[in-house]
Amino acid sequence: MKFGVVVFPGSNCDADCYHVVKEVMNQQVEYIWHKENTVDGFDALILPGGFSYGDYLRTGSIARFSPIMPSVIDFADRGGLVIGICNGFQILLEAGLLPGAMLRNSSLKFICKSVYLKINRADTPFTNRLKVDHVIRIPIAHGEGNYFCDENTLQSLKDNGQILFSYCGADGEESPEFNPNGSLANIAGISNLKGNILGMMPHPERCSEEILGGRDGFYIFDSMINWLKEVGK
Amino acid sequence: MLKANIYVTLKNGVLDPQGEAVKKSLKVLDYGQVEEVRIGKFIEVWLEGDDRESALKELEEMSDKLLANPVIEDYRVEIVEVN
Repeated sequence: MKFGVVVFPGSNCDADCYHVVKEVMNQQVEYIWHKENTVDGFDALILPGGFSYGDYLRTGSIARFSPIMPSVIDFADRGGLVIGICNGFQILLEAGLLPGAMLRNSSLKFICKSVYLKINRADTPFTNRLKVDHVIRIPIAHGEGNYFCDENTLQSLKDNGQILFSYCGADGEESPEFNPNGSLANIAGISNLKGNILGMMPHPERCSEEILGGRDGFYIFDSMINWLKEVGK
Repeated sequence: MLKANIYVTLKNGVLDPQGEAVKKSLKVLDYGQVEEVRIGKFIEVWLEGDDRESALKELEEMSDKLLANPVIEDYRVEIVEVN
């Protein structure tokens, strides 16, 4: 499988994603500079975390108009796997590939810590190596991860099973005290209706090896690879 | 040359943690009468030409596309100066 890591000016988790795909998952991977205008030949795309364009105006709002983005949108429209992590999630929201928007964390603080996530679906390209209701531990690092959408959108996210990850306690308790940033419905990650696009605030690339204190993130990349193998490119 | 002021504000019902924090700070400064604070953006744009009508149309397009996010924000455009 060949992964592409899209690099925007200000991306800073691109090398981590590249490392995990290449050294941990043993797959092919290439960086894609934001000024490129094709994603031909890639099986999956990663929009990494960071502070693209310095978070100017709104997080992700300027990266969303980078020259590479029409190809990313086209790739996603054709059913290609796209995962946006942290700033990558914010860019997917701004691009309209996922519904909703990010607000500043309710605490106004930049939060950098490991959190627990509950798995709500295990039949998706991104979670098929996990189990429903299992709890995984993945770090977050963001100032604007407070997911917001209108009531109808939230209802349709719930009805269509698009909330793949919810912030929770160590035993899976989904209460406000385990919500680090004020996100609606403890949302940590959502997919599009078709299921081929995932946006998540936590950083799976920061916990895919034991040496980093945990490897729960590994299963998200492994799910993508497994899905690409099973369902075909 | 035209100059426009664009006011981008959070929609009603969208929580504003920044506004909340500033409100608390104003309370600390003893401005007890403050009931609510909401923070938005003020954007100034200078444009070539002097056709206000087409400029307004363009500015609204810019706001829809980039300057504001319709999921969480409203905007208002006013053209203030013509030289």
